[in-house]
Amino acid sequence: MNGVHDMGGMDGFGKVEPETDEPVFHAAWEGRVMAMMRAMGAAGAWNIDMSRASRENLPPDVYLSSSYYRKWQLGMEQLVLDRGFADAAELAEGHASTPAKPLKRGTLTPENVGRVLNRGSFARPAQGPARFAIGDRVRAKNIHPATHTRLPRYVRGHVGVIEMIHGTHAFPDSAVLDKGDDPQWLYTVRFDNRDLWGPDADPTVKVSIDAFEPYLDPA
Amino acid sequence: MQLRVRALETVLTEKGYVDPATLDLIVEAYETKIGPRNGARVVAKAWSDPAFKARLLENGSEAVATLGMESRVGDHLVVVENTPQRHNIVVCTLCSCYPWEVLGLPPVWYKAAPYRSRTVKDPRGVLADFGVTLPKDTEIRVWDSTAETRFLVLPMRPEGTEGWSEDRLADLVTRDSMIGTGLARRPQELTS
Repeated sequence: MNGVHDMGGMDGFGKVEPETDEPVFHAAWEGRVMAMMRAMGAAGAWNIDMSRASRENLPPDVYLSSSYYRKWQLGMEQLVLDRGFADAAELAEGHASTPAKPLKRGTLTPENVGRVLNRGSFARPAQGPARFAIGDRVRAKNIHPATHTRLPRYVRGHVGVIEMIHGTHAFPDSAVLDKGDDPQWLYTVRFDNRDLWGPDADPTVKVSIDAFEPYLDPA
Repeated sequence: MQLRVRALETVLTEKGYVDPATLDLIVEAYETKIGPRNGARVVAKAWSDPAFKARLLENGSEAVATLGMESRVGDHLVVVENTPQRHNIVVCTLCSCYPWEVLGLPPVWYKAAPYRSRTVKDPRGVLADFGVTLPKDTEIRVWDSTAETRFLVLPMRPEGTEGWSEDRLADLVTRDSMIGTGLARRPQELTS
């Protein structure tokens, strides 16, 4: 979706302001939100693309004015509701009053915490041969899906070069809709800065994205 | 926010979806065990051991797995090397993708709009915000993490560190130098 989360190339957000000696969490609740999101994901309540989409679907003003973990909390509440794990009255009261729904992979227990701490693989068996080879010129499609996608707006319609091939991975545009992994070839595609931002852009800069094959046409 | 988060945790706990003891362990791991020191070990080893460096650049996940770290790295770690000709910088314009296993949780600025919006268009301007100025003819290579691949920058080894142990070298490797918003510290910048 063409949301405010798709920030590459936008102006007006000001300087980057690193914080000296930044703590891992700025308040205890941030850690709880992070841990709940990960534990629910590991239990199979939702996948990573659904969790990303839950934040992308926040109203733009909320997205832009909320801290990172506030976005996680708001998105997670919506996921819990949308996927039927609790209802609005339960969240409002802070207590369960309806039966629990089964979790695909079961509740994450302390013995299995490694399932969260160790990142899983997103590689999946290929459905066919790769369409592109390293060095091929490709054009990012000019597409505007209304649902979650990982093709940022700033490359759409532009020509780049295949630099790496990462095998076949679960396809976010499908996984987010609970339609299965639909594995697709994944490439690093490199663009010249001037192709993206015009002739006055810094000629020493090259930018790449990782693009799934359905995002690309031969060029 | 605290009350709202507690309400959600209570509901999820009462329904048996989460176990608070598991949540404690996850929080503790990221507060105390999984941080940029892991990545610094990887970089220091790459600086010291050419065979390891070659394996790291060939397949980051496999090479890092041999180090036996707390958080085993996933399948898709790509390590990109800085050279005098080329400087790499990593961003996630769409959200906050970051190599958690080797760098820990990302800092706030990495997840915030200024960094996410500007890095793909004006990386030299972003570097200036970090006090980093590179020669005008250095190629700047920006990696936008738009899939489940994760990128780690292998910074250049500072001069004057010949013969240093990996432990000592690791002290020079900052988190920002592995994102590409900084350079490794020089020996004279070490305080102790």
